[in-house]
Amino acid sequence: MKPERKKGAGDAAVIDLGAMALRDVNALLQSLTPGTNEIAWRLTNPRGAHALAVGITAPALVSIEGPVGYYCAGMNNGATIDIFGNAGTGVAENMMSGIVHVHGDASQAAGATGHGGLLIIEGNAAARCGISMKGIDIVVKGSVGHMSGFMAQSGNLVVLGDAGEALGDSLYEARIFVRGAVASLGADCEAQEMTPEARAGLTALLRDAGCNAAPDEFQLYGSARRLYHFHVDHAGAY
Amino acid sequence: MDDLPGGKTPRTLPRFSATFDPHSIAEIQRAASTGIYDIRGGGAKRKLPHFDDLLFLGASVSRYPLEGYRERCGSDVVLGTRFAKKPVCLKIPITIAGMSFGALSGNAKEALGRGASAAGTSTTTGDGGMTAEERGHSDILVYQYLPSRYGMNLTDLRRADAIEVVIGQGAKPGGGGMLLGQKISKRVAAMRNLPEGIDQRSACRHPDWTGPDDLEIKLLELRELTGWEKPIYVKVGASRPYYDIALAVKAGADVVVLDGMQGGTAATQEVFIEHVGLPILAAIRPAVQALQDLGMHRKVQLIVSGGIRSGADVAKALALGADAVAIGTAALIALGDNAPEWEVEYQALGTHAGAYDDWHEGQDPAGITTQDPALAARLDPIKAGRRLANYLAVLTLEAQAIARACGKSHLRNLEPEDLVALTVEAAAMAQVPLAGTGWIPGKTMGY
Repeated sequence: MKPERKKGAGDAAVIDLGAMALRDVNALLQSLTPGTNEIAWRLTNPRGAHALAVGITAPALVSIEGPVGYYCAGMNNGATIDIFGNAGTGVAENMMSGIVHVHGDASQAAGATGHGGLLIIEGNAAARCGISMKGIDIVVKGSVGHMSGFMAQSGNLVVLGDAGEALGDSLYEARIFVRGAVASLGADCEAQEMTPEARAGLTALLRDAGCNAAPDEFQLYGSARRLYHFHVDHAGAY
Repeated sequence: MDDLPGGKTPRTLPRFSATFDPHSIAEIQRAASTGIYDIRGGGAKRKLPHFDDLLFLGASVSRYPLEGYRERCGSDVVLGTRFAKKPVCLKIPITIAGMSFGALSGNAKEALGRGASAAGTSTTTGDGGMTAEERGHSDILVYQYLPSRYGMNLTDLRRADAIEVVIGQGAKPGGGGMLLGQKISKRVAAMRNLPEGIDQRSACRHPDWTGPDDLEIKLLELRELTGWEKPIYVKVGASRPYYDIALAVKAGADVVVLDGMQGGTAATQEVFIEHVGLPILAAIRPAVQALQDLGMHRKVQLIVSGGIRSGADVAKALALGADAVAIGTAALIALGDNAPEWEVEYQALGTHAGAYDDWHEGQDPAGITTQDPALAARLDPIKAGRRLANYLAVLTLEAQAIARACGKSHLRNLEPEDLVALTVEAAAMAQVPLAGTGWIPGKTMGY
């Protein structure tokens, strides 16, 4: 199901991370239930905190005003989380559903192993963006580093800039769309013709992420499926 | 030249090479024919230094024993006392190691849960996520957090009793998982987000952390996700146990799990199983030393695994400093793996009961290492669970018998001083005296 941004209910509650412990902040956000009226939250002064706003299961609107450390929004399940700053390693790792929006750059392994939801990165993402993704959609408005989409299983990785070396190495059934240059493709990743279904999916993602780019500007990459079964003739690719 | 009676000329008897032995020759022939390395299940099959090379001394004049059937010998253990709000409390120091649904049938997973629960101990998920069968039938369930993250989700993470971050396993330290297409059934494929029937290759490195400093932050995230309630184990394959255990403790592990090369796997290259890693006998003392050097022995609990078969093995592992052991292969055998009743079918597969290790092929006559519905239906999870519970009871009783003979009122009180070694190698690895001497190679001069 396509995630939607929900309207906030009144003024956001403000949490100053300089005055409240990480454990207490996370416990508060994790205690929100799906039917909560306490929807809007502003987290100020994050100072690069690790594991911030992880494991939220309510449709909350969480705005983080500053840079965050590792694993921000990890395993998010339904919340919409805006990060107004850069994000460290593993932002939105293993996300189940919801939206995580990084209004800056993201470090390594952004969206790693995500099962669902939408991750939007306004800037660049470092190495291994979308590694082992399992259904998440990721839109990177800048470029991505090497080994992005490594062993990606399902979902969509959209890159408006360039991609580093070994894109989509050992890819399964995820789709990768790149508008810019690709330094090199990884094992078993190949350029593929854009199908109407793929174009429709890309169009929707670009719209949801607020991008003006045209789908026809992108090249689709997918699995050649040559490594799905062991064979001696493919030993050099393993 | 003298002829033999009957006029025959003497000839050299056929002589098999110790280097190119029949197994090596057959393997060369198989490799030349197929072009692919051998893949199999189980752990190292070669003869290795092991617990058999140790003996307990027992009590005498200088020590006095406990009455075998009258004086209590405790067996309970608490795991995860360092940080977790809800440590795991086990009645026996024998746990069931991680084995996946996918590698094993649903009935086998259910049987493991039933047997472990009846014995008052824990069982563990594997690479592929948590099934309703094993959660429903496991009173205490450890949820593995693996590089693949197959099936990993917040709901299951929060309904686990402990979390085990798997960095490696004894059968293949440095290697990733493998599950061949025969076992990627529709249900297994759906749980792992993979196409049905493909050869699944799991990653060997975690996707979102590298090194002990990152691991510390990953453990923080897991605690934050679960309210600091659950013990977090870190599992490593035995290779550099002193440093690996020290770094796991530094990263914040509540429990460390150390798996020797005799520990089983569902499917791995034979060359990996037999030639990478350490036997568990060589790994325990360096691990304990690391804990002691950090002042964390008994504060961070140590679980060891890899070739545990009997209560004697359990007692020896505990005496060397472990807090608990884990069993995998032995648990499958207790369920019915390699049972003689399937000998005819094993022969049809080119093997014998007791030697069957092609667990990756999914044709297990015992219905354990398979996803074939007809084969899986052969295993009655209630009866198999009872067999496992019986076996766990015997392991405990045997270990208690030894502990009482050594004068110990609890299994945790067993200590290296209770042991001697039969070989110089075992004495050096276990750091106990060679039997009949006071000599610990590398430690003492002896007499």
